Amino acid sequence: MSSRLHAVALRCIAGASGVTGVREITSGASQSLWAFDALTTQGVVPLIVRSARLWSAEAQAGSAGMAAEAALLRLAAAGGVPVPALRGELTPEDGLGEGYVMQRLEGETRGPRILRDSAFDAVRPQLAAQCGAIMARIHALPRASLPPLRTAFAHDEALGWAERLRAGGSVRPVLAWALRWLLDHAPAPQGDAVLVHADFRNGNLMVGPEGICGVLDWELAHLGDPMEDLGLFCMNAWRYGHIDQPAGGLGSREALFAGYAGVAGMPVDAARVHWWEVFGTFKWCVSCDSMGRAFSTGADPALERAAVGRRASESELELLHLLAPRN
Amino acid sequence: MQDHPSPHELLEGVIRFLRDTALPRLDDRAAYDARIAASLLKTVQRQLARSTEDTAAERARLQQLLGRDDIDMEELNRALFEQITTGSIAWDDTRLLDHLWAVTLDKLAVDQPGYSTYLRVREHG
Repeated sequence: MSSRLHAVALRCIAGASGVTGVREITSGASQSLWAFDALTTQGVVPLIVRSARLWSAEAQAGSAGMAAEAALLRLAAAGGVPVPALRGELTPEDGLGEGYVMQRLEGETRGPRILRDSAFDAVRPQLAAQCGAIMARIHALPRASLPPLRTAFAHDEALGWAERLRAGGSVRPVLAWALRWLLDHAPAPQGDAVLVHADFRNGNLMVGPEGICGVLDWELAHLGDPMEDLGLFCMNAWRYGHIDQPAGGLGSREALFAGYAGVAGMPVDAARVHWWEVFGTFKWCVSCDSMGRAFSTGADPALERAAVGRRASESELELLHLLAPRN
Repeated sequence: MQDHPSPHELLEGVIRFLRDTALPRLDDRAAYDARIAASLLKTVQRQLARSTEDTAAERARLQQLLGRDDIDMEELNRALFEQITTGSIAWDDTRLLDHLWAVTLDKLAVDQPGYSTYLRVREHG
């Protein structure tokens, strides 16, 4: 890995003479993430390389693709969205699959730490509104400049996930019940499709002492309904126990919506946001269920998958609580 | 009858070993998995302690909702899944909602008894 990254660093970083500190950060099902430092005459340049695993093209159905992700990072930065700076793209000669190199930001991404660590006490009250403002900037990126991406509004997304649910073979009646509500209440497309991040949540954000310094994980980005990002952000799964702070455990919906409206110049459609919150919860439940199933069949023996599988019931409860509350 | 230690006691011993003895000696990645392993064994303990009455009640409700007398829970759940999907049972049917709530709360008691919404619902319910 080091020798491959050495070649990448020489090409992407001006004045690079070598690399050090090569380590794998996470290894997802479909992607891998490595940290390394390029050595230059000016000092050390902290970097991340993100690459697709060659053997899992199927697992990436619905993904934007590495070339699109790289293009989005560049456009987002130009549009005032905090993101790690793109340093270069991988080539076939690098032998690392498709992917790109970006700046390694300093900060915290773990949701519970962002909510509880006293280092963020000063900035935390601003974060919900800041997230709203950042979402509005993502949604405003000029359509003509975007890389090719799939377009999916509410009903398309619900149908797509209905198919995944069926393919997974789940027999959880709550999922069939929630899906019916989603299909019956899917909001019709309103206005043009805009760029949505589609995984904008506490846990995919890099936070520093000054606030949000990086929006990460653009893998699921697509064109669609801007309210998708606001709804997913409010799911209880990403509030990490701060149940009464709907905006990612960080603040109120009002704060998020005000931050959004301030930049977008138009008010938030709370009913649409609610649909997307239900949809995000449904999607997460189907994902947890399929991770548990991958453990059961032996396809993925990682204990973490088993643990996530046993969290699908949290989302089942959440769906009931959202759609047929008992108190 | 199987003599002691009981399954619960055996699991308790293994959990203690994982947390107190093994975990401090493991590197970051293995320690992370050991923590997950201990918490999964806790889940198994809770599931073993679950009364067979809960399962019987779930089966009886399913049989009543569906008007069938199957015994196999997966079959019954699959049948309910299909009836909901096709709309042959009303989305807001009171007995259906009562069933979905009851079975989900039972699951949470085993899977994640500390989950925020579970605690909130129990508090008010």
